[in-house]
Amino acid sequence: MKNIRNFSIIAHIDHGKSTLADRLIQHTGMVEDRNFRDQILDNMDIERERGITIKSQAITLPYRAKNGQDYILNLIDTPGHVDFTYEVSRSLASCEGVLLLIDASQGVQAQTIANLYLAMENNLAIIPVVNKIDLLTADVDRVLEQIDAELGLDPFSHIKCSAKQGIGIEDVLEAIVERIPPPKGDAAKALSALIFDAKYDSFRGTVIHCRVFDGEVKPGDIIRFMSSGSTYKVEEVGCFGIARLRKDTLAAGDVGYIIAGVKTVADVHIGDTITHDNRPADQALPGFKEIKPVVFSSIYPISSEDYEDLAVSLEKYKLNDAALVYQKDSSVALGLGFRCGFLGLLHLEIVQERLEREFDQSIILSVPSVRYRFTLKDGSVVQVDNPSNYPDPSSIEKAEEPFIRATMIMPEKYLGAVMKLCTEKRGANSTMNYLSPGRVELIYEMPLAEVLFDFYDRFKTVTQGYGSFDYDIIDYREGKLVLLDILVNGEKVDALSQIVHRDNARQRGVHACDKLKDEIPRQQFKIAIQGAIGGEIISRSTISPFRKDVTAKCYGGDITRKRKLLEKQKKGKKRMKMVGTVSIPQSAFLAVLQSDND
Amino acid sequence: MNSIKTMENSAPAGLYIYVPFCRSKCAYCDFYSITDGSQAAGYLHALSREMEHYREFAPLFDTVYVGGGTPSCLDTGQLEELLHRVREAFPIAPNSEITVEVNPGDVDTVFMRGLRDAGVNRVSVGVQSFDDSILKSLGRRHNGREGREAVEAARAAGFANVGVDLIYGVPGQSHDLWQETMETALVFNPEHLSCYELTLEEGTPFHRRMERGEFSLPGEEEAYRFFSMTSAFLEQRGYTHYEVSNFARERALISRHNHKYWDHTPCLGLGPAAHSFNGTRRWWNHRSLEGYGRDVASGLAPVAGAEDLTPEELRLEALYFGFRTKRGIHGPEFRERYGIDLFREKGPALRCLRDEGLVTLDDEFMAPTRRGLALADRLCLL
Ligand SMILES: Nc1nc2c(ncn2[C@@H]2O[C@H](COP(=O)(O)OP(=O)(O)OP(=O)(O)O)[C@@H](O)[C@H]2O)c(=O)[nH]1
Ligand code: SF4
Ligand SMILES: [Mg+2]
Repeated sequence: MKNIRNFSIIAHIDHGKSTLADRLIQHTGMVEDRNFRDQILDNMDIERERGITIKSQAITLPYRAKNGQDYILNLIDTPGHVDFTYEVSRSLASCEGVLLLIDASQGVQAQTIANLYLAMENNLAIIPVVNKIDLLTADVDRVLEQIDAELGLDPFSHIKCSAKQGIGIEDVLEAIVERIPPPKGDAAKALSALIFDAKYDSFRGTVIHCRVFDGEVKPGDIIRFMSSGSTYKVEEVGCFGIARLRKDTLAAGDVGYIIAGVKTVADVHIGDTITHDNRPADQALPGFKEIKPVVFSSIYPISSEDYEDLAVSLEKYKLNDAALVYQKDSSVALGLGFRCGFLGLLHLEIVQERLEREFDQSIILSVPSVRYRFTLKDGSVVQVDNPSNYPDPSSIEKAEEPFIRATMIMPEKYLGAVMKLCTEKRGANSTMNYLSPGRVELIYEMPLAEVLFDFYDRFKTVTQGYGSFDYDIIDYREGKLVLLDILVNGEKVDALSQIVHRDNARQRGVHACDKLKDEIPRQQFKIAIQGAIGGEIISRSTISPFRKDVTAKCYGGDITRKRKLLEKQKKGKKRMKMVGTVSIPQSAFLAVLQSDND
Repeated sequence: MNSIKTMENSAPAGLYIYVPFCRSKCAYCDFYSITDGSQAAGYLHALSREMEHYREFAPLFDTVYVGGGTPSCLDTGQLEELLHRVREAFPIAPNSEITVEVNPGDVDTVFMRGLRDAGVNRVSVGVQSFDDSILKSLGRRHNGREGREAVEAARAAGFANVGVDLIYGVPGQSHDLWQETMETALVFNPEHLSCYELTLEEGTPFHRRMERGEFSLPGEEEAYRFFSMTSAFLEQRGYTHYEVSNFARERALISRHNHKYWDHTPCLGLGPAAHSFNGTRRWWNHRSLEGYGRDVASGLAPVAGAEDLTPEELRLEALYFGFRTKRGIHGPEFRERYGIDLFREKGPALRCLRDEGLVTLDDEFMAPTRRGLALADRLCLL
């Protein structure tokens, strides 16, 4: 055990975590060169397409150190985007140390600090690594000052590297061996292993990812999930290579997987402790802090017959995305579905895409919302995250919305533009710190709903990509809220309703009508779109009908060509949700929240 | 590919012959044709060899359509010989509709008499327009006077079934100019009129000129106005608007041959680029005379590609055809042939179309209105 090192690579988004993981993997010869591809741990299609890591990914690397000894390095690459902080925090529970990467040209950013705090909370050894030193714009001295002043870490403890060019990789590996402590724990004690992730495999059932703290587990053992009490017989254990690598046993200190024929997905809980049935541990490991979703939206199958199928898919999907919460829901316009909670809009998009790609589901998501709080005249308090449940306005005594503290770091020259944006988003109580000459940290209190509504993209635009942003939810504050309904050909589409602030309700209504006009395809009849507040129409747009759509000639050779076109159109139509007689595409529901300038 | 038979469809089949010659190429046309008429003899020879592959295609044919290209690039002797070979190779019913397409500028009364002597009983004259400037911009080689003369010649030769093809929506063509062209056509009281909206085909000179921004086609609203004025005008003059682009003076005068394409009746297509359909399979010949000739010479059917239609594909086509014709779709017949009760399965969608005034529904038929016809490509997406 003393030759095992468990560590995560953490950083702000795009600072080079996955690229550094590539170099460590190659240096240790884990993957043959001909099988190698960049960001090899980003193995999901959406990760590769978007160029970001979404899921934490573990891999075991053999390493012979300069001291001549052989080590087992369990590396976990983590995502940097703020929506996936929960992935990072779960990974850290399996580690004794972290590599905290800092981009030499960008310096310390908002998630550098947020992730550092997570590592400190877990009492992990922290190795600051200044990456991208090959860049012309790299300014290592400035980064070292920031490590000292902003992170409070010893600047002399840093390592310089270029993950892209493979500079300093050996130093990183040596530092891991020397400065990250080996796992504690006792293989002779009763088994106690923490489930930090899982994935459903249609052939093998649930594959459980875990870190063994005490004891040892091997095929044939009867294990028990401590929260549910259910027991299973272990079929296979192993560690992570690029694929799963079968091993004889997983012992204290190891990170790996267990396959135990678990077909009942509901038995597996991320954060649960696995022990032996015949020799259980005294108590479960602490598990993970419960995460609170911040964005809510309902998922509906495009075709209502697929509801059951969606239910099964969601359950399996959730195994691999512990941050998703959901419950049954129904909509007047869209039928049966699920109300889901997400960690942010990116998380929502990813869930939608993964359900489509990995589970072949055709789905629609209603317009996302935050969770509001209403105090009614009778004194009761209701939480509303679904605009369909908006209380009768005459019964509302007080309406409150969630507020966040947004922390933004940026070069000073963008300050004016960012402050303007924050004011527009109803930001208040700002404070400002100069982190170093020319670099400021700006803190604002803002309604969460405003931040959801296209704040992030505009923030990145006004700071030309040099600003970073992090937030915490602080409290609920009273706000003048109203319900904005959308009517399509006179029928209310509840999945398009939004709870909005009264001062910009009209503008949001106009925006929604304009967006829907662009998103909903023309049909053979006129489509009227209206925004309404309490029965009063505040905005409208019209989608003009097709007048002529017919091919002039239809003889021998024209027929096949035309049929193929029609088949394509039909397919497109199948991916839309019928609301009354109008087909509404998936994109329309999210577009309502997007700004015009993208 | 030897002896392909039609699938159990009892209606007599149609025979189509593609003549791949034109004296010059029109600016908007993407049909396959060559201007080297010296290859006609070789082509005719290949054609009779191609016929040998399909002797068993159908027990009976009742339409023959010689189209192109420009069949009137052949002389009447060649056409007579061609039809003679057709009768030798296939069982052609005595009262068959036998059509030949002709171009103004190629034909006179003598030519037309020759056609009649060859057994042709219907001519389709590719007039396109009676206006010289429109004809010029289309790149046609004849003028308006020659158009009139060609129709007159057909009448003079005693043809009792004359079709006139016209094009509208040409850049520079006003509604008035178009109406004038229709009026001129009506002077000859043609039994049949085809009025096609000008379509831009990629790769044509016309398309390139539009890409360069030299002109633009009518927008959707304008195209609809052309379409509906054409329909209203000709119906008011006693014609039945029986298909998107086709009008007949009486029901009996609709093109029997073309109708076969729209109800999945087997049709055999001979000649380069011709398409055939036997009830479930569609295949098409090589698009060049060389490729066509090469296969035929080596004893092969000159087929370039084929598709077998699934029931679902047939169904979609049938819906598409149905909504293109005034008759519409006969519910019970459709259920019988394509296995779906449209009234039951698509009831709400159909009623919505009816409420929009795009189709009419009764116990048996769902038929497009005039506005519906203009949207036929959408109606079938039910
Ligand atoms: N010039 C240079 N570019 C680098 C270096 N390391 C990474 N990059 C580039 O930075 C970009 C982001 O790299 P990733 O490794 O995907 O970053 P990440 O931190 O894993 O990003 P997330 O997982 O989305 O948080 C890619 O275009 C890399 O090629 C480096 O050392 N030098
Ligand atoms: S439109 Fe007719 S005549 Fe003109 S090129 Fe095409 S086939 Fe030949
Ligand atoms: Mg990454």
